Amino acid sequence: MTTHDGAASRAPRNRVRGVVALGAGAVVSSLLTACGSSGPPTLNWYVNPDGVDTLTSLAEQCSTADYDIDIQLLPSGATDQRTQLARRLAAEDSSTDLMSLDPVFVPEFANAGWLLPFEGDAADAVTDGILAGPLDTVMWEDQVFAAPQWANTQVVWFRKSLAAAADLTMDDTVTWDQVIEAAADNDGTVGIQANRYEAYVVLINAMILGAGGDIVSDTEAGKDAQVDIDSEAGRKAAAIIQKLADSDAAQSDLTVSNEGTSLGQMYPDSGAGEFMTNWTFVYKNYQDLVESGDLTKEDLDDLGWARYPRTVADQPSAPPVGGIDIAVGAFTENPDFALEAAQCVTTSKAQEALARDEGLMPARGEVYDSPELSEYPEGLLDLWQTSLDEGGARPKSAYYALISGAVQSVWHSPTSVSPDSTPEDSAEFLREVLDGKALL
Amino acid sequence: MTIQAERPAHREKPRSGKPVASDRMRAEARLGQRLVAPAIVLMLLVTAFPMLRALYLSLFNYSLTAPDDREFIGLGNYGVALSDPLFWKTTGVTVLYMVVTVGFELVIGFAFAMVMHRVIFARGIIRTSILIPYGIITVVSGFAWQFAFSFQNGFVNNWLPGISENFNWFGETTPAVIAIMVSEIWKTTPFMSLLLLAGLAQVSEDMIEAAKVDGATWTQRLVKVILPNMRAAIMVAVLFRALDAYRIFDNIFVMTAGAVNTESISFLTYRQTIEQFQIGIGSALSVLLFLSVILIAFLIVKIFRVDLADARQEK
Repeated sequence: MTTHDGAASRAPRNRVRGVVALGAGAVVSSLLTACGSSGPPTLNWYVNPDGVDTLTSLAEQCSTADYDIDIQLLPSGATDQRTQLARRLAAEDSSTDLMSLDPVFVPEFANAGWLLPFEGDAADAVTDGILAGPLDTVMWEDQVFAAPQWANTQVVWFRKSLAAAADLTMDDTVTWDQVIEAAADNDGTVGIQANRYEAYVVLINAMILGAGGDIVSDTEAGKDAQVDIDSEAGRKAAAIIQKLADSDAAQSDLTVSNEGTSLGQMYPDSGAGEFMTNWTFVYKNYQDLVESGDLTKEDLDDLGWARYPRTVADQPSAPPVGGIDIAVGAFTENPDFALEAAQCVTTSKAQEALARDEGLMPARGEVYDSPELSEYPEGLLDLWQTSLDEGGARPKSAYYALISGAVQSVWHSPTSVSPDSTPEDSAEFLREVLDGKALL
Repeated sequence: MTIQAERPAHREKPRSGKPVASDRMRAEARLGQRLVAPAIVLMLLVTAFPMLRALYLSLFNYSLTAPDDREFIGLGNYGVALSDPLFWKTTGVTVLYMVVTVGFELVIGFAFAMVMHRVIFARGIIRTSILIPYGIITVVSGFAWQFAFSFQNGFVNNWLPGISENFNWFGETTPAVIAIMVSEIWKTTPFMSLLLLAGLAQVSEDMIEAAKVDGATWTQRLVKVILPNMRAAIMVAVLFRALDAYRIFDNIFVMTAGAVNTESISFLTYRQTIEQFQIGIGSALSVLLFLSVILIAFLIVKIFRVDLADARQEK
């Protein structure tokens, strides 16, 4: 009886084992086939969430018989994008093939050895015809570390009626002082980005560059970079911020203002509107409001634009430069394919598509003449192109995060900025932070 | 006979300082050691390595983006951290979070524990509903409370008397800290009450009955009988929660991202290491955080004379 029971129970168990073995064999053989069948490799392209539709179609167009390009979405905040990519690259992730980088991250990543340089023809292909501002952002220690894909710059947007009331000619010689006074005297306001975040450093940097100075120089020396913010230029920038903060032209949310907060002040319920330094997306933003019926055609016709205001009357301004550069990860398993793909997604045609469909402006000069961009007023396209050609980048340093953070911590809040103390304090603090003697 | 034989053994205890271990106890201890050995080996692999590595890295001035500039500076990072006002400010804020949240959690948690202990109807439902917040992920609770306190779409401003509808809770330090604490307290009070419930269950009903018979009022029974008898459980709960609260991170990350001086020491460490890539000083800060947690544990154990063995009723 016992033996019989044992045999009876063993039989189905054997059958089960057989089935399991068969299944396992099938799985293993299918895995082996997958390995052996060497389909084209997939290149992962980490993109920030701007213009994803066009980027997706670019990825499809640039996929070849040799490789497929797959889009991976990064978080929306710049800091989060940077930390996510840094975590992958610090761990030498071989699946990070292509990435969209904010220009200030290029020197950081290149210095850390996380990016593959573009050399020879590849370098020529991604830099020929690029405007000076964006071109500068991809260079690190005389090598090309990324391909500019699109470029961003700031101009001063204003209500023509407000400028007319103030009798102010808005050309490329207009100064911050004039703009602030014109707004304050005519029931207008001045919109800037002065929350404690990166765009505030963009503003401070542009003002200091506009007076012929800089925040830091000799940045390739890393920690030993020269701190220059305590200078005549730094004091002039501080004086302008103080003047705005103390004037009637300051917007009520000045200390927490960002790119979005001052948009509404252009056409306020009461008041004459504003002068606002802001990025290129502003035009499309107001244009869309006309389409949705929130603004009238006359309102849009009253929208003017001019080159970024001068810090000092006798020196041309240095409009901020932003945008996105495409870099190749240093640990990719397919470096040649990745370099080729990076070139493909940054061609003039690609930049044309991004400008036409997403409002992301080209880094290549020739694209500004493309008929595809005809919906933008010609003067505006010329202004953007000039701004990008003559604009000034933020400091290029492997320690940019520290530099930016140190400047923000001393210059915020704008209401406490003073030319007598702020530049000096920030220089001291920045030096200490770079020397590793202070916590940020 | 048996009782008489045992008594001398008990009297020997104070002299030797340790109870005399029988063969059975020794064998049980050995079995126990063997049973936990795999877990200890695994824990050492998973936790000891990163800890030692952090200790090593804390001796360098090292930025992830400038690997070539890495230099050995000994205890320099500790000197910088300990002499920096920012470190002490965040430590102060962290201690404030810890003291206030643990204090509130203890009181509310005790009330909940009493309810869970005494309730006679719908016991399962009441116990479950008290425990629900603890089952919610801290980040989710952080977002929920952030929305609740938001002046644009939250309900707190409308419900609280004396608060203007446009009051921005996250615009200044004090209200922002309060909002973070509320989220923290809401989320972890159930944990406290669970630990206290275990303590309440240990209090002998006979003693309470005896006190009742002797004419003790409810307050007297609570203060003279219940609380002293669950002292060990209370202290274990306080110890656990204090160590947890000192490392507060999620709620701050979600609700203010450290703005308006709401940063805790964990958040400062995170910013140095993850956001600024300053691996050296970041590691030094995490070592300091680790040491302060040990210090707090030591202080609580010593000051309140908590005996963990007592709490487990091993004596």
